[in-house]
Parts: sequence; C-alpha cells; structure tokens
Amino acid sequence: MSTFINLTVYGLADGAILALAALGFVLIYKATSVINFAQGEFLLVGAYMFYTAFVVLQLPLALAVVFGVVVATLIGVLVERLILRPMVGENPISIIMVTIGLSIFLRSVVQMFYGTRPQAQPPVLPTGSVNVLGATIPVNRIFVLLIAAVVLTAFTVFFRRSRHAVDQNIAAFGLLVFPVVILGGLDSVPGTIVGGLTIGLLKQFTSGYLDPGLATVIPYVVLVLILLVRPYGIFGETRIERV
Amino acid sequence: MAATATGIHHRSYSSELRLRATKAEYFRLGLMVVVLLVVPFVLDNYWLSIANTILIAVIGAVGLNILVGYTGQISLGQGGFLAVGAYTSVIISDRMGLPVPVAIALAVLMTAAVGTFFGLPGLRLKGLYLAIATLASQQIIEFVIRRWEWLTEGQGFIDVERLEVAGFRVERTMFEQQWYWILLACAVLTVVTARNLFRTGLGRSFMAVRDQDIAAEAIGVNLARAKLTAFAVSSGFVGLAGALTAHYTEIVTWERFTLDVSILYLAMIIVGGLGSIAGAVYGAIFMTLLPVLIREAATGIRDVAPFLASQLPAVQNAVFGLTIIVFLIVEPRGLDRIWQRIKDYVRFWPFRY
Repeated sequence: MSTFINLTVYGLADGAILALAALGFVLIYKATSVINFAQGEFLLVGAYMFYTAFVVLQLPLALAVVFGVVVATLIGVLVERLILRPMVGENPISIIMVTIGLSIFLRSVVQMFYGTRPQAQPPVLPTGSVNVLGATIPVNRIFVLLIAAVVLTAFTVFFRRSRHAVDQNIAAFGLLVFPVVILGGLDSVPGTIVGGLTIGLLKQFTSGYLDPGLATVIPYVVLVLILLVRPYGIFGETRIERV
Repeated sequence: MAATATGIHHRSYSSELRLRATKAEYFRLGLMVVVLLVVPFVLDNYWLSIANTILIAVIGAVGLNILVGYTGQISLGQGGFLAVGAYTSVIISDRMGLPVPVAIALAVLMTAAVGTFFGLPGLRLKGLYLAIATLASQQIIEFVIRRWEWLTEGQGFIDVERLEVAGFRVERTMFEQQWYWILLACAVLTVVTARNLFRTGLGRSFMAVRDQDIAAEAIGVNLARAKLTAFAVSSGFVGLAGALTAHYTEIVTWERFTLDVSILYLAMIIVGGLGSIAGAVYGAIFMTLLPVLIREAATGIRDVAPFLASQLPAVQNAVFGLTIIVFLIVEPRGLDRIWQRIKDYVRFWPFRY
C-alpha cells in the first residue's frame, strides 16, 4: 500500500511537470501551428539564467526568477520574429527541422558558456519529508504539485477567457512531452493536463512494479497506439483529413 | 530564371532517355569519374576514412530523400532503420556464418520490412503527426537494441569480423583503399538506381503523393501502396547503409544509431536539397565534412583563439544547428538549387537572365 501511494505521488509530481512542459508546446501550437522542438532548450536557458542571477550574481530569489523568465521570453520573441516568422507556409518538414536546428544551437551555446557539468544550486523549495499512510513523501514534490496545479488552472482559465495566445516557454522534459500532447490532443489545454498526469503515473507504476528500463519506452508505445486509434488525442479537435 | 537547360531537341526516344544531354554534362561526368578514380591514390588514410564515411552517408541520405524529399513522408526513424540493417547483417554473417553479400542482401530486405511496418501509421497520418509517430519508432527500436541481450550476447556491442568475400580478404595495410572501392561501387549503384526510380511510374507516383495526395488518389495512384512502397524502398537503402557501416567500422553499438543520427541525415537532405538525388549527395558530403573542417580550422588557429579548440564539440554542434537554420531560411531548396543557379549564371553571362 505504501509503495502504491509513493508511486502515485511521484507519478503525479512528474506528471505535473510534464503537463507544464507540454503546455508550452500546446500554447505555441495553438497560436502558430508550429511544434517547437527547441522547447526544452528554452527551459535550459531559463534555468541557467536563474542560476547566473541567483548563485553567481547573488541576487534575491524573486529577482532571479524574474531575470530567468525575462531572458527566456526575450529569446522566444527574437526566435519568433527572426526564424519562425519567415517559415510561415513552408512544409512541416522544414518547420520541424528549423526548430530542431535551433534546439541544437541553443544547447551548444549554453554548453560553451557553462560546460556540461551540472552546477550545484542551493535548494529553493523546502526539504524534508512527510508521512502519508505509511509512505514517506518528500515535501518538495508536494510543492511542485501545488505550483503546477496553480499554473495549469491559471492557463486553462486564461484560454477560456481570451482569444490571444502568448509565446510562453515553460519547462520541458525533452521528448517525453510528445506522448503527452498526442495523448491529450495537440490543441487542448485540459487534454494536456490529463495526458501529463496519465503519462507521469504510467511511468512511475511501470518502473515501480515492472522494470525501470521499460518505463522509458512505455510512453512511446502509448503514443503509437493512440496515433493508430485516435490520432487527434482524447480532447483534441477532430480535424484529421483521411486519404 | 531558367533552372533547366533549354534548346535541347531530342530526335529519338533513346536520346530522350539519356540522363545527360549536353556536352557540358558529359564533361562534368567525366571530370567526376576522374576525381573518384584518383582519390584513393592521392589521399592519406585519415582523409580516405572520411571519404568512406561520406560514401556510406550518401547511400543513407539518398534512401532518406526518397521518403522525405520525394514522397513527402517525414521520418525521424533513420537511426533506428540503420540499426536494423547493421544488426541484421552482422548477426547473419558472423553468427550464422552466411557469406557477407548474402547477409547484406537479407539485411536490406529485413530493414525494408521493418520500415514498411513503421510506415503503417503513415497511411493515416501526415506531416507533424507522422513525424511524431516515426520519432516513436526510433525510440522503440533504440530501446529494443539496447535491451535485447540476445543481439549482442550480453556484451552491449558486437565485434565484427574483417570483411571476407569468397576468399578475398580486406588487408590491414590496404584497409581504407579496398573499402573505398567497395563503398564507391555501392554508392554509385544506389545513386543510379534512385535516379532511375524517379523516371518510372512508381517513382512518379511517389512525387504525386508528395505534391497533392488527394489529387494523386483521384488520378489513380494507389495511395496506401505508394506510401508503403516508398517506406520499403527508402528503408532498403538505409538498411544497406547500416549494414555497410557495421562491416566497415567492425563494431556495432547502439550509440551509433540514436535520434541524433536521424537528425543528422535529415539535415543532410535539407542542406543538399529535398527531392533531389544530387542534393542528397551534396548534403552528405557537406554535413560529413563540416565538423572535420571545423576541427582542422580550430586546431589551425589554436594560438589565436584557444577558446574554439577547447570547446570543439560545442562549437561543432552550434555550427551544425546554425547551418540547418540558415539553409532553411535563406535557401530551402539547398545546395542543389545553389549549384543550378551558378550554372545558369555562367550560361547567361554577361546577361543577367
């Protein structure tokens, strides 16, 4: 029982982060019908800017967060103007490849300045753990869940109320967001949340009960199945042309 | 702007069927043959090994271009298909003891079959969705070759025996030279086959699917057949490239067949020119030489800019990413189109058009 609760909480926390990452994809896709493969690298840039401000420059936490967000947003705007705008109307192959090229470029530039070694960072979220029904759960996981819940609700409400889309780049988990967005539907915010939580739980349960190695590939198996059965996802707009 | 030569009048069917019509084209062909024949006697082993890598890349890029450039079905599964070719060929030749040519032929068939299977989602999906589906096939194949212990007998890699065909054995001293001739033969065969494929009804049906799938269906192209055949033919060539990689490098590990490889090959055909066999060749040459030349340049100016040499992998990757972006924005039709423009410029000189 305690294993189950443990896995569920870890799964939900992972799923929440995944949903946040996938949300960035969905937002950009809804606004521009471009899938941004460089999403993860925006996370990287944001994280390193935060690190530079918080650890290297010793700025206060709030200022450091703002700095990271502002720099990532600036880069997002530049990329949209200089790279994605001229590509409007090109075939999907070119658009996918231009964002892949961008992701490789951003990653290497970050690597040039900061190296490949992980940089230590003092914990921001409270450490320690609580006991729930006999399962030990780290407090920071719960905080991640809460933050994700707040942000996701905010975005759902925002998209209900506004017709504008924002170029928002939130955390990415690399390629794992693809199963999430396909499962939920590429153009659905609630679908992204459900998809993220489902994939997060699925991963944790697979690695907990079956085999940790299998957990890396299971989301892709789900992805293929969904694509074969219901390509527009659970909540996506049914607009697939069939030939 | 003229993209093709004008003023050529064919007077017989046989002249119309020729791949080359003008004297200039024959001259360039002759020049190319001379260069290809002289290369192994001029280059040292280091540069010859790069030439061999290029030849393998040419086969893989031509294969991918059949699918992506000519049929319009984007594939991120190139690395996985290369792996299928490599593992199949090595297991059949080294463990089952069949002759290498037979093993390579079987590997080509096997890869074509696997490619067709992973092309099945392509019957219902297009563009972005297909890209994501093939991404999944790449991840699944990669997972299988990493975790299936039978493949490598638990070692994680396979040592491949030196190539031996009917008593002929590649010697250590002449290793790169002899491989050059083998790979050159395979690459030329691939290029000529692919070039001619798009003069047949099947090849033209591929292009019809790319240009407008509904219209293609309306004029009588069997869409499901055309798409799956494109996946099969393309994967067959890719399997050949994979099998040759395995026998040439004499080691097979999963690290050579990751998603990065898929992206590298896509970059080759984009930089070279989508939907052009010559473009795939130019792209393979360009993208293989790029990191090598950057390394040479960085070591050359080590004293002036030590930063470049110490950060070499990052610099190489940054230039790689930048190349893709610049080509897609400035010349989406790639090196092939640039070469055509140069030819037009020379032909019309001193006039502008």
